[in-house]
Amino acid sequence: MTETLIRVSGITKNFGVVRALAGVSLWVKEGEIYGLVGPDGAGKTTLIRLICGALRLQAGRISLCGFDVADETERAREQIGYLAQRSAVYEDLTVLENLKFFAEVRGLPKEEWAERCRWLLEFVGLAEFTGRRAGQLSGGMKQKLALAVALIHRPRVLLLDEPTTGVDPLTRLDFWRLIIRLVRGEKLTVLLSTPYMDEAARCTRVGFLHKGHLICEGTPRELRSRLAGRILELIGEPASLLIDLSRADRQVEDVQRFGNSLHLRVQEGQAEMVIRRLNEAIRKAGGRVHRLQLVEPLLEDVFIVLSEG
Amino acid sequence: MISAIFAENLTRRFGQFVAVDHISFEVPAGQILGYLGPNGSGKTTTIRMLLGILHPSEGRAQVLGYDVVSQSEQVRASTGDMSQKFALYHDLTVWENLTFYAGMYGVREERRVREVLYELGLDEVQTQMAQTLSTGWRQRLALATAIVHRPKLLFLDEPTSGVDPLARRAFWDLIYSLAAQGITVMVTTHYMDEAEYCSLIGIMRAGKLLALDEPQRLKDSLPGQVWEVYVDPLLPALEMIENHPAVRHVGLASDHLRVITTEGEPIAIVTKALSEKNFQVRTAQPGIATIEDVFIALQ
Repeated sequence: MTETLIRVSGITKNFGVVRALAGVSLWVKEGEIYGLVGPDGAGKTTLIRLICGALRLQAGRISLCGFDVADETERAREQIGYLAQRSAVYEDLTVLENLKFFAEVRGLPKEEWAERCRWLLEFVGLAEFTGRRAGQLSGGMKQKLALAVALIHRPRVLLLDEPTTGVDPLTRLDFWRLIIRLVRGEKLTVLLSTPYMDEAARCTRVGFLHKGHLICEGTPRELRSRLAGRILELIGEPASLLIDLSRADRQVEDVQRFGNSLHLRVQEGQAEMVIRRLNEAIRKAGGRVHRLQLVEPLLEDVFIVLSEG
Repeated sequence: MISAIFAENLTRRFGQFVAVDHISFEVPAGQILGYLGPNGSGKTTTIRMLLGILHPSEGRAQVLGYDVVSQSEQVRASTGDMSQKFALYHDLTVWENLTFYAGMYGVREERRVREVLYELGLDEVQTQMAQTLSTGWRQRLALATAIVHRPKLLFLDEPTSGVDPLARRAFWDLIYSLAAQGITVMVTTHYMDEAEYCSLIGIMRAGKLLALDEPQRLKDSLPGQVWEVYVDPLLPALEMIENHPAVRHVGLASDHLRVITTEGEPIAIVTKALSEKNFQVRTAQPGIATIEDVFIALQ
């Protein structure tokens, strides 16, 4: 049986009178890549900080690999590597000095850290830059260094808070390759937060946080299937007419633009009806329809419904 | 009709380094051009030349019919720029920030300031200090400062970096309404989610403009075919086919692999190779190309 490595049970966290998290529970099993999504301010960063023991809980329990974060904080912390939104590497230290420093902080024996550093630098692709100051690295390289730092003590769980915000797509691709190799080769379990739905779509499971509640959880496929048969793609002209007529249809709940096309969310079981009605209405009004058909819902469509609810 | 942007062999060198290398393109008015490329590929240098801030080493460009070198003042007066690090005054209110930027562009009418605040929904926060605003509101204020002088062309540099889909969508609704008024928008982004919102997409690499077209046409032109391959065990399978000659690209998509085959190669070659190594291939079905696929294929 696969072990549950992250066990969050009914946790609550208040900041003064503001309730950041209200009774959140989630489990992450070994080998999973769990994606935490939700609107800004939903509590994603707070949840990650609680899991890594940087914040104190008001209620509930968190355990990591069986160690309680509140009672066995040190043991629990040994299990995790944490990469914050703004990577905490020392800009005036070299790549190697950074790693050595964090190896000492993490209490790695001297005879071990040299070998571990060599392996990590090779792994993240910084082996040629050991002598370079961190401040002189590009954004993507700095992030790889931060990842190496987070992995120095061989954690079993990796926590990533919006790891690829502001990073270009090729670097992002590289970063994901590393994550997958860690999950596969090092048997790491990953929990990450992201504002990007294309990133969430890569995760094995996704949890949706909203106003401090975990309102929905599942594989990306399960989440998308919630809207199956309810998203239409409409391409035609003129755009303003298409939008007005779509919005005027009583069975269309939402109209969203995606460049040259529109996504319409229709009420359950009404897709055929709406397609027929809109085709006619647009033609009557002098517009043209190039395409009007059911499409696979995107995670983004699901996100919007959940955020509204 | 005059194009909003016209560039011909536009080139910029910094010493030996060619930041922008003979790029040519044309954008009609009212379009939203998404400009993609890795860091250092020349996106920002291109925009600086189009804004008349940097001079081309070679080639030429016109913005709204004005030459970017000889008529740079007209160019600057008729373009707006919202850069990544919004240069707002934190200790000034929303109203004061906007009035300040309006003054810089020679806009003295209070009516215009009021109009922009209303148009972007900022009227309800006009007396708040900029520092107390959420990221979403700050982005709106930055947009307001970029359009207060009624530009016909607007440059946005990673406008919604790090905001959630809901806030991003609200922001894009504003962009669409500006485009509907005939304003042309050029936007750089690192996110394919955002690229999908544009009406045209340009892709840069190492100073060269590799493609510029409508999103659907770019997707249609993707060499090779996208496949959704369901196989067990998943990650070892990914590792195995990563370097297979019939595989152009493979990535993890939650519970399956997204494979782009090399042009002309059937997926059967890949699934057969997997089966021969005792992987359980459940299904392989055709998938839909995304802008990210196009981007990766061109790099």
